[in-house]
Amino acid sequence: MTYTKRLDGREMDQCREMEAKAGVIGRADGSAMFRTGKTIAYAAVYGPRNLFPRFLQNPEKGILRVNYNMMPFSSKGERVRPGGSRRSKEIAFVTKNALLPALDLSEFPNSVVDVFIELPQTDAGTRCAGINAAAIALADAGIPMKDFVASVSVGKVDGTVVLDLTYDEEAYDGPVADIPIAMLTRSGEVTLLQMDGEVNKEDMKKILQLGQKGINDIHKLQVKVLKEKYQSGE
Amino acid sequence: MNKELKQHLILALDKQVRYDGRKDKLAYRDIKVKTGISVNAEGSAEVTLGKTRVYAGVKMAIEEPFPDKPDNGMLMVGAELLPLSNPNFESGPPGIWATEIARVVDRGIRESGLIDLPTLCLEPGKKVWAVLIDIVTINDEGNLLDAAALAVYAALQNTVFPKFDGETVEYGVKTDKKLPLNDKKPIAVTVYKVANHFFVDPNTDEEKAYDARLTVVTSDDNTICAMQKGGETPLTQKEVEDMVGIAMDKGKELRKLV
Repeated sequence: MTYTKRLDGREMDQCREMEAKAGVIGRADGSAMFRTGKTIAYAAVYGPRNLFPRFLQNPEKGILRVNYNMMPFSSKGERVRPGGSRRSKEIAFVTKNALLPALDLSEFPNSVVDVFIELPQTDAGTRCAGINAAAIALADAGIPMKDFVASVSVGKVDGTVVLDLTYDEEAYDGPVADIPIAMLTRSGEVTLLQMDGEVNKEDMKKILQLGQKGINDIHKLQVKVLKEKYQSGE
Repeated sequence: MNKELKQHLILALDKQVRYDGRKDKLAYRDIKVKTGISVNAEGSAEVTLGKTRVYAGVKMAIEEPFPDKPDNGMLMVGAELLPLSNPNFESGPPGIWATEIARVVDRGIRESGLIDLPTLCLEPGKKVWAVLIDIVTINDEGNLLDAAALAVYAALQNTVFPKFDGETVEYGVKTDKKLPLNDKKPIAVTVYKVANHFFVDPNTDEEKAYDARLTVVTSDDNTICAMQKGGETPLTQKEVEDMVGIAMDKGKELRKLV
């Protein structure tokens, strides 16, 4: 274990400085901003609304559609070409699966709920930030929810398990594992789990515990900003 | 087009009142310009026009120049009407409105000679700096084009070169060298016409009900550097002159913000 002090001075089990706001996009039915460190995500929810073409419709319940996109100037490296990539497609797909178990769309047959996630500025953890913003936006839109979702990345940097990796930690000169996790905040069930890198079974237990801790912290913020919006009577 | 909406709009304008309560046909909503809104971009800015919100970001890259301009830097403007910003926008390749916004903004910058493109040449025919500008919409409550042009100008003012060692660009490291800009400040003002009224800065409803529009990009020395007529209704020559006059006056006002 050689990674004993984090590059940005945080505790091993500490998220970056976080900020969130509900209702940031006037045209949307629900919207939110979520920031962790230098990663910023916007999410807008439109719907439930009519779904075309009709073969996509489900007569039993509404469907959820998720779109994930990095703005062309958002990345630390070169310009990101607009129009989506294999990466953004996959992230949109796993994000949908992360959010769906929290929703109850049974009242909206043949309809769609659209979630659009946009990242103006990125420093790792974008899918987690997107999920956190989207969960707030879905609640802001008044979509019936059975539970809530929050997400964080847990990593293993040169032998040490840490919470909420930055880009510099992902690029650390030594073995790095990056494990984004999303959980239902009430039941604790896992709705997103991915990994790049190598860990052992004992680490995995620790990783899930640390993820749960981060998710609890994030969920407190999600609830706080929703209360702020609706208690102030906006 | 919604006939009743249009009738209502005209009746209000007859009384010098706007659809959203503004008392002046030629008044913009509250405008705010904020630069440096995305740290990984070489330059960036946000413009809010009332509730309309637009981002512009600049990335710099080293590229091979176009064969017909071997000793000029390159300029590219793209616009994305994000489906996040308006229920009617869809994912996919840019439609005609996005393309029009990008091209009109591009012309204003290019034709005013705002960016000194020859100084962006490093090795004629081989290596030049490319200035890659992207416009994205966060919330569309009308007048995206004027907001986009202003955001792009503010983002360019905010742009610095990344570190370049002759081989690769080190994107994480910003220099303090600014983009070479002249002092022309190209500003786009779109003047709308409905019935016998001219107005500027439409909101969502007003944008659904106009007859014709004319975007005029003016630069600091009172020259026009780009124009674009929109809408299906023709304009008389006198109307064009009047609309250009309005655009120049409003351009002066907006220019003070950047």
